[in-house]
Amino acid sequence: MVDATEPPAVDVVPATPITLRRDATPGWEPDLPASLLLRRLLADRTAVIGLVILTVLVAAAVLAPWVAPHDPAAQDVLNKHAGPSGSHLLGTDQLGRDELSRLLWGARASLLTSMLLGTAVLVIGSAVGTLAGFVGGLVDAIAMRIVDVMLAFPNFLLVLVVVGSLGPGLFNLSVAFLLAGWVGYARVVRGLVLSARERPHVETARALGFRPARVVLRHVLPTVLGPVTVLWTVRSGQLLLALAALSFLGLGAQPPTAEWGSMLNSARDSLAVNPALMIYPGLLITVAALGFNLLGDGLRDILDPASR
Amino acid sequence: MGTSQTAHLVRRVLYLVPTWLGLSLLAFVLGNVAPGDPGRAFFTRTRGRPPTPEELALVREQFNLDDPLLVRFGHWVLDAMRGDLGTSFSTRRPVTEELLSRFPATLQLAVAAMVVALVIALPVGIVAALHRNRLIDQALRAASMLGASMPGFFLAYLLIIVFSVKLGLLPAIGRGGLENLLMPALALGLGESAVLARLMRSSLLEVLGENYVRTARAKGLPGWKVVLRHGVGNSLGAVVTEAALTFGFLLAFSAIIEQIFVWPGIGRLVLEAITQRDYPVIQGFVVFAGTVFVLLNLVVDLIYVRLDPRVNLGSRRSLRGDLGSRDG
Repeated sequence: MVDATEPPAVDVVPATPITLRRDATPGWEPDLPASLLLRRLLADRTAVIGLVILTVLVAAAVLAPWVAPHDPAAQDVLNKHAGPSGSHLLGTDQLGRDELSRLLWGARASLLTSMLLGTAVLVIGSAVGTLAGFVGGLVDAIAMRIVDVMLAFPNFLLVLVVVGSLGPGLFNLSVAFLLAGWVGYARVVRGLVLSARERPHVETARALGFRPARVVLRHVLPTVLGPVTVLWTVRSGQLLLALAALSFLGLGAQPPTAEWGSMLNSARDSLAVNPALMIYPGLLITVAALGFNLLGDGLRDILDPASR
Repeated sequence: MGTSQTAHLVRRVLYLVPTWLGLSLLAFVLGNVAPGDPGRAFFTRTRGRPPTPEELALVREQFNLDDPLLVRFGHWVLDAMRGDLGTSFSTRRPVTEELLSRFPATLQLAVAAMVVALVIALPVGIVAALHRNRLIDQALRAASMLGASMPGFFLAYLLIIVFSVKLGLLPAIGRGGLENLLMPALALGLGESAVLARLMRSSLLEVLGENYVRTARAKGLPGWKVVLRHGVGNSLGAVVTEAALTFGFLLAFSAIIEQIFVWPGIGRLVLEAITQRDYPVIQGFVVFAGTVFVLLNLVVDLIYVRLDPRVNLGSRRSLRGDLGSRDG
């Protein structure tokens, strides 16, 4: 797997107290102390760039009500498609609304929603996966057959069905993402739990007769945390793109809600007059997705040095 | 084929049954949990006014809406298996006919996008692998990262702004000659090329580390010959598999790009159907696209096993199934 002409990837932080590596999921370092993890994260250029991008965007989203210079919904039809000026730093849109304020508020609908959804599907999927992997037997068999069938056809169809029957809207779309999204986590987490069960300290804990809940929370879940973090990062980025895409199609956030995908859609009619209205939200979607992808890539390198 | 491969084949084909039933159930549920009575919805759409109670009873009888749900699901599945997916509310034509008449446009776009993706991905992946960790590899990694992060619809509009609005070189909408195909294919294919290029790079690196490649080098074969014959030849398997899966995605999910470029394919059809609440068409699309996707997945799986008999039969899914199930 490793190029023969190069020495194998050398761990950047030597002399760590990790000795359990051989019996973990291939490549994953279990029980990495949080402080060490953070130190490695900050040493990885890719991860740092991703982290900086996301931090800035999340801060903008959270602070939008205080830093936005105008009300994002306030129209001024006499002053539409205005260029950048002192009071409108990025100009105004097709209804004379302040573009900068709308982009800031849009970070809430686009970025915060997708991170929230990413977390929600993580919790549901991990719960199902842990249960299936730890309990095993019939529970496992049923859960995994459902997962198999759902993975056999693309999420997009399920999303389409939910939005098609309940009607468009940000809430209905979120319901659709929740229904479709947990499946991937469930399978990954189940696999990790299965391999964690075989590890000495978990077997010991079970043999000592600790309650299953304690074994899962104290001994199994910590080993699952690393891969799940990577998955969360990648997943949230995908959700961001999907949310923007469906809002762009008019199936998600509805105008006048400021959301990047739907802003891009509203700007279509003035494409020739004012292309900037498309480029701002488009760039923000790209940069945010890039942030997630860079962070995910960096995390993978840190947690699984063999994949470098 | 050994016995384990035959068993694998049989199991995969048997798996089609619950998967397909799951798909049909999904489509069936869509038409029945939707707010409002489906009979009323049909009448209102086709006649342009709400039905009287007598008319409603007639319509409900015509579509067997008074039968138990399970019986109706049975009918829907049997009809779907015969290729009868019902009648469109808005055009009153059979849904199957609508889908088939729109499919060639989608197929053409998907093939063109696939060509774009491969033409970019293969050379880029090979060059990156041969210059591992050097500047050009880093640059290509950054570029493919950007390609994977930029949504297709944003790229589509960037292309339109440059080539249609500013330069006036290419038509922004419609289907016709090659000039119509160029921008949609690029907008659809570029993101996929990023994924494929990374895969080409990593599988070529893996193959170049194998013993037989070292042997070939040791016996004095020129470097480029080693790379081409042993390296690229043997690393194409993974790329071909991934490309085939990608093709399934392109076929089923070109909706956004079709919408932007007013391309008359099935993706645009289903988006129109959603805005008009034309349930039979949405249902038909779910079954149709799902079937195409599932069958393609099966074919890919079989090719994969044939290409590399040593393959661990359960492992292919990890290539995309878990992480990469795309939503939009």
